[in-house]
Amino acid sequence: MTRREERAGAPMSAPRAAGLGLLGLACLFAVAEAVPRLGLIDPRHLPPATAIVRRLAAELGDADLWTALGETMRSWAVGLALACCLAVALGVLIDAVPGLRAATASTIEFLRPIPSVALIPLATLLFGAETGSTLLLVVYASFWQVLIQVLYGVADVDPVARETARSYRLGRWARLRHLVWPTALPYVMTGVRLAAAVAFILAVTAELVIGSPGLGLRIQLAQSGGAVTEVYALIVLAGLVGVAVNAVVRAVERRVLAWHPSVRGEVAR
Amino acid sequence: MLEITGLGKTYEGRGGVEALRKIDFRVDGGDLVCVVGPSGCGKTTLLKCVAGLLTPTAGEVRVAGRRVTGPPPGMAVVFQEYGRSLFPWMTVRKNVELPLREKKVPAPRRRELVEEALAAVGLADAAAAHPWQLSGGMQQRVAIARAIAYEPRVLLMDEPFAAVDAQTRAELEDLLLTLWRRLGVTTLLVTHDIDEAVYLGRRVIVLSSAPTVVQEDLAVDLPAARDQITTRSAPRFAELRAHVYAQIKQAKGRAAGDRTAGDRAAEESAPPRQVPSPAPRDLKRKTDGRTR
Ligand SMILES: Nc1ncnc2c1ncn2[C@@H]1O[C@H](COP(=O)(O)OP(=O)(O)OP(=O)(O)O)[C@@H](O)[C@H]1O
Ligand SMILES: [Mg+2]
Repeated sequence: MTRREERAGAPMSAPRAAGLGLLGLACLFAVAEAVPRLGLIDPRHLPPATAIVRRLAAELGDADLWTALGETMRSWAVGLALACCLAVALGVLIDAVPGLRAATASTIEFLRPIPSVALIPLATLLFGAETGSTLLLVVYASFWQVLIQVLYGVADVDPVARETARSYRLGRWARLRHLVWPTALPYVMTGVRLAAAVAFILAVTAELVIGSPGLGLRIQLAQSGGAVTEVYALIVLAGLVGVAVNAVVRAVERRVLAWHPSVRGEVAR
Repeated sequence: MLEITGLGKTYEGRGGVEALRKIDFRVDGGDLVCVVGPSGCGKTTLLKCVAGLLTPTAGEVRVAGRRVTGPPPGMAVVFQEYGRSLFPWMTVRKNVELPLREKKVPAPRRRELVEEALAAVGLADAAAAHPWQLSGGMQQRVAIARAIAYEPRVLLMDEPFAAVDAQTRAELEDLLLTLWRRLGVTTLLVTHDIDEAVYLGRRVIVLSSAPTVVQEDLAVDLPAARDQITTRSAPRFAELRAHVYAQIKQAKGRAAGDRTAGDRAAEESAPPRQVPSPAPRDLKRKTDGRTR
């Protein structure tokens, strides 16, 4: 996926879009409140939205929840950072060494589609029900997202810019730092944004399935204890965290890419 | 300063494209030479071989006596595609400064050179802007500033003014002449514009169309001080441009038999100024354009 395709879309004023977004959320809330109250779904399986929110508020007062959330976010952050570093280093290396791209292409095509969750048995074998298992899944899942984007990015250096750099006798390192890296950065940021979402999903999944400490484990415990409202409250919390994660990455992206055509219209001028 | 001997370049690929057959000429230190030729005749190829960006398949290029195998030190290139040659993620100042850092120029001297170069092209105020915040003509001036800040012994330019409007082009041409006179840098400028070649050059090298050889090496005996209005309306200027035009037409006519589809396509996509109209009307159009 290129940035241009992704950025294209019908232009809409920001307040209008935000207003519509809120309206959509309000509708969802109303439906989630009405459906159990009207008895369309047994409230024991789907409690009314107000009950979920109340439960969530109570949960937020619980120190254990914050510890669990902290565990999840730590796995997320560490795993994401590790995956990004590895992917960028490998991507740059693949670009820099002649022939390496062709040599690795089929291996990447083979490894990339393997679903991370398929590694759960391997993870438990290696690390047991500990944070290490979560990390392994998170790193594996987000690594490919970033690597693919890095590989696109480093290949996108403008030939004229490259010749300019060569004619001014920029060395290998200078070309990497001042030409290849800035060219690849928009792609890298897209990769990081995708990876951030995937990493969070995988962190919760791993905790839920393997039972390593974190938000996922808490959901699992609530479920086995029959605390249905708590399960829903925690799921809503996970959703909120996901939204926050995305917002943070987007903010970083806008700062880092202030010069890029996709961003600069909104900042400078 | 620049010696080009028996230079030939054939691109690999389907059947191989012979871009240059055999080019011979030399450029003395401090001279300003324009290379003109029909579109697709290999001007860019020639320039890239001189710049060490392409490896010739025959012959050689020498800069100050040393054979060119890669980009030689002390050489700056200004490309036609200024928009792609400047780095959008850097400010104007950083763009101009980058080659100097690589040249290991100490920081205070670097600042001096950047300031001077930007002032020389009239962009002292734009140092903190990003290239994409500037007009096309301004961007090309940044590229020129970057080249002169580098203090090159040889300056190569590939159709540097082809992508800007007529008035900006006239301004940039005069800017180039001023800088060249002041710095005395050996300059090789490639263009498809006959008027521009005659106006700027001390010498004009006319290339034939493919298979490309030097059709003529012409000394321009116009007064050293040049001016858009008086020089371009001088009878001698008209004679020279008519002569170069006739040369190119003759070269084309001779090569017409074995032109490839690619050549024709390249010609058709060339800007309209490529095909010169008879001298008097053309001159009139140009002076009108400037006074309007
Ligand atoms: N990378 C390449 N691979 C194969 N053929 C090429 C390549 N670059 C140029 N050519 C061919 O070489 C010939 C000369 O190209 P070149 O770009 O040097 O011409 P030019 O005189 O600069 O043209 P223009 O006036 O349009 O800029 C053309 O026939 C072109 O098709
Ligand atoms: Mg060209």
